[in-house]
Amino acid sequence: MIAPDNKEMVNITLNGIEVEVPNGINAVEAAALHGKEVPHYCYHPKLSVAGNCRMCLVEMGTPMRDRASGEPILDEDGTPKIGWVPKPVIGCATNITPGMHLKTESDLVNECREGIMEFLLVNHPLDCPICDQAGECRLQEFATDYGRGYSRYVERKNVKPKRTRLGPRVTLDDERCILCSRCIRFSQEVAKDDVLGFVDRGSFSTLTCFPGKELANNYSLNTVDICPVGALTSTDFRFKMRVWFLKESKSVCTESSAGCNTLVSSREGTIQRITPRRNDQVNDTWMTDSGRELYKLVKAKSRIRRPSFQGSDLPLDDAISQAFEALKNKKIGVVASCHSSLEEQFLIKRLVEETGAKVFIRGHFGEDDGILLSADRTPNLRGALVAGLTNHYPSDHLNDLNESLADGHVDALLVMGEDLKESGVNEDHLKKVPLVFLGTHQNSTSDCAEVVLPGLTVFEKSGSLINRSFFLQSFDQAIPCPAGLMTDFKILARLIDLFSEDSIAPSELDQIWEALSSSENSVLKGITFLKIKKGAIQLDESKWEHLSFVEKEALHYLPTGVIAS
Amino acid sequence: MSVSTPKERRIILKHADDPNYSNRIGCYLREGGYENLKKAFSMQPGEVGEEVLKSGVRGRGGAGFPAGMKWKFLDRKSGKPIYLICNADESEPGTFKDRQIMYKDPHQLIEGMMITAFAIGAKQAFIYIRAEFHEGARILERAISEAKKAGFCGNNILDSEYSCDLVVHRGAGAYICGEETGLIESLEGKRPNPRIKPPYFPAVLGLYQCPTIVNNVETLCNVRHIIGMGGEEFSKIGKPNNTGTRIWCVSGQVMKPGYYEFECGSLTLGQLIFDVCGGLRPGRSLKAVIPGGSSAKVLRADERFSGTLKDGTEFDWGLEDIPLDFDGPMAAGSMSGSGGIIVMDDTVDIVEAMANVNAFYAHESCGQCTPCREGSLWMRKISQRMCSGGAREEDADLLLSVAKQIEGRTICAFGEAAAWPTQSFVTKFKEDFIRKATDSPKERDPKSLQLI
Repeated sequence: MIAPDNKEMVNITLNGIEVEVPNGINAVEAAALHGKEVPHYCYHPKLSVAGNCRMCLVEMGTPMRDRASGEPILDEDGTPKIGWVPKPVIGCATNITPGMHLKTESDLVNECREGIMEFLLVNHPLDCPICDQAGECRLQEFATDYGRGYSRYVERKNVKPKRTRLGPRVTLDDERCILCSRCIRFSQEVAKDDVLGFVDRGSFSTLTCFPGKELANNYSLNTVDICPVGALTSTDFRFKMRVWFLKESKSVCTESSAGCNTLVSSREGTIQRITPRRNDQVNDTWMTDSGRELYKLVKAKSRIRRPSFQGSDLPLDDAISQAFEALKNKKIGVVASCHSSLEEQFLIKRLVEETGAKVFIRGHFGEDDGILLSADRTPNLRGALVAGLTNHYPSDHLNDLNESLADGHVDALLVMGEDLKESGVNEDHLKKVPLVFLGTHQNSTSDCAEVVLPGLTVFEKSGSLINRSFFLQSFDQAIPCPAGLMTDFKILARLIDLFSEDSIAPSELDQIWEALSSSENSVLKGITFLKIKKGAIQLDESKWEHLSFVEKEALHYLPTGVIAS
Repeated sequence: MSVSTPKERRIILKHADDPNYSNRIGCYLREGGYENLKKAFSMQPGEVGEEVLKSGVRGRGGAGFPAGMKWKFLDRKSGKPIYLICNADESEPGTFKDRQIMYKDPHQLIEGMMITAFAIGAKQAFIYIRAEFHEGARILERAISEAKKAGFCGNNILDSEYSCDLVVHRGAGAYICGEETGLIESLEGKRPNPRIKPPYFPAVLGLYQCPTIVNNVETLCNVRHIIGMGGEEFSKIGKPNNTGTRIWCVSGQVMKPGYYEFECGSLTLGQLIFDVCGGLRPGRSLKAVIPGGSSAKVLRADERFSGTLKDGTEFDWGLEDIPLDFDGPMAAGSMSGSGGIIVMDDTVDIVEAMANVNAFYAHESCGQCTPCREGSLWMRKISQRMCSGGAREEDADLLLSVAKQIEGRTICAFGEAAAWPTQSFVTKFKEDFIRKATDSPKERDPKSLQLI
């Protein structure tokens, strides 16, 4: 990351046209700002500059100055004389200076690109028909855009290992590797797990793991994402699906409060993979391997697919009525969840206000890896704070609920997916009270619930979440929900309607946001769901500054009170 | 040849072949060794640098960049430590001068290095020696310990407050380690992948991202003599802009191959080959000469070179008239490089010669950047196929085109080093390449020498 973070704008001449770009950014980025693609392989905006693929060669010149006086030298027509560098320079390592001249479209540049493309292809196998990268392959794209279109190579191609296991999730095809070193730099600079390197020399160079090591860190699949060709492949996704069949939906990772932006790729209602989506304020272009596995929960065995009452299936409408029957005229305890979306939490709050119920909420915590897996393993703890479900920082148990059940202050329960036994609630207490469970997967609590309402996974619904930096981010529905079910907040709205005789609870996202944003003191004031969809919104976190959040310093996150070094 | 051939003037190799001289410190001191170090220590570091600048001495490693200028580029404001590295990774095919210096007169190098370290303010100096010179490494290590005992190196040199440690680091056997940023990477313990410039100019961001000076063995030895005789005096040796002596390493089909030290520009290529080296073998005629190590462009025996020199004089030379200095071979479209002169007579199959050169570069390419990595191996495959009966008429043009796609587009100068031989061989001996395709047998003569 050679380019400094500099907002000062300067004028440069790009292909003969004067344009304005931020000072100090590199030529690849500068050209991109003005719609000129400079093809590149090894350069990645979030990694150090290696400059080894040579695909981004451009012509560069700077205004000449008199050595003695420092005055600009002028041409006959009075314009500054440009000293063109005799050789083409790499755009990725050429930082913009005021008055710089760049040519990204010239005979020399085109010839360079043709040459580099030819070199990259001479030892590249013709695997495209069976290659996972086909369709999203830089080599294919640039060969079409900048290559010669025919081959002059009649020698034998180099032969290298075709399926090397680099780690539990990554498989390497060395023949396809163009030795750009992105994966090596990622491992060193982002994952901080330096296990990859090249062995052998010249064209026989081969990517490999260091002896006795494997690429097993929780970020290993990012190497597959940034691999510009089909060399590094995801063992999980390998040979599963042609990428052009995939439908992509914007989502947010729910693994922890880091809130990585993701793309969920699905075909015909089945999710095939999850990949990170670039957000320079949250996750750059990375996400964890464990976060990519979450889609498997959709089709997990323990998934709750049917509403049930006392163990037997029934239509959802009837189940909601049964839930109302179980809870009405009782001292209700609502176990809310930090896994719920902000909209669901808002409706829980509405329900609590309507019924006078008591709210209990717990957090889920784990080890913080200092990158994108934060200590808070729920995606929306801050949402619970913003929705007003609690003023305290949730602990990792529900002991207070246990007490309330023991002394009879609570005699009916609505549980949002949590496992109460695991949270420190005595099983005997649960058997004594009617329990309504709304969740996606079976657990010991759903097993003893009187009414079970199936919830939807994050992939089957839309909503918003607030991450560790108080960024409000939205996620889109990626796949249709199972037949006969509906999204959680609609179930909650129905339930509220049953309790309330004189009003109708909002049951669409827009209506919920109308209510959320109209409250005078709320940090959500003036926000609409459409605005969130356009980009993450930073919320004012000052109300909760006194709470001791558990997250540690990490990528794009600085805990309150820590001064940036 | 009307002008008589001048005599050798040995400055660097003065004692190289003296039977009464060994590489021990006793011999060196007997012959006035380390006196120039004392002289340098009586001066200010800046004055030493000025003397070297005045001498006009140009780097002996290949590029011929003025050493005094190089020192001037050093970033002294950063406050970071400054390092001095001696590039003793002599591995350019055809070059064997540094080996003579290190094996036969190592203290000369140590003295030159300590003067240089003093001038640039380095507290730590390295000799990065080619792995294959294991005996050389031992000789240098013994010499360093002798020099340390005598107070010429290490702590408090000559009882001054100035200290500079000197260590020998053995390379791991790769040509690319001779490229200065590749060398620095290797010295740091990494793969010797050359660095991109900008931003990694050694004088600013060198070893461990600190300002670093990398000089060739012969250059550093010259520093010793510059201080001895004064920059002014040194600059009178040789010709303007081509000062001092140069060691020419002659190999190939001459009667007396070997190393010869002459004042720069004092003799011509023809004098060196036909007088100094005893000419060609009986009945042979000259076909081609590579004047500066295998990466220099080949010169054809019947070529004419004409043009205007930098000082404005016009020239019209045959191969034998090329003056041996920095600018002469350059004016002839090649370079004097590291001084390795390879002579080829009419028995040489020029395509096979090129195939060997290409094999070397394909083997030694580090593999970091695309053009050199893929291009060098491709050229090797083409030229080996041509030598094995599979030559096609279009191969000559293909070779030229591949070489052109490498030249000027790589991270380091290795790209040019790999491209220039092919470009010059094919352009200048095109008929040999065409003949390979049209007249050659479809199999390689089993009696011919094995290709690399």
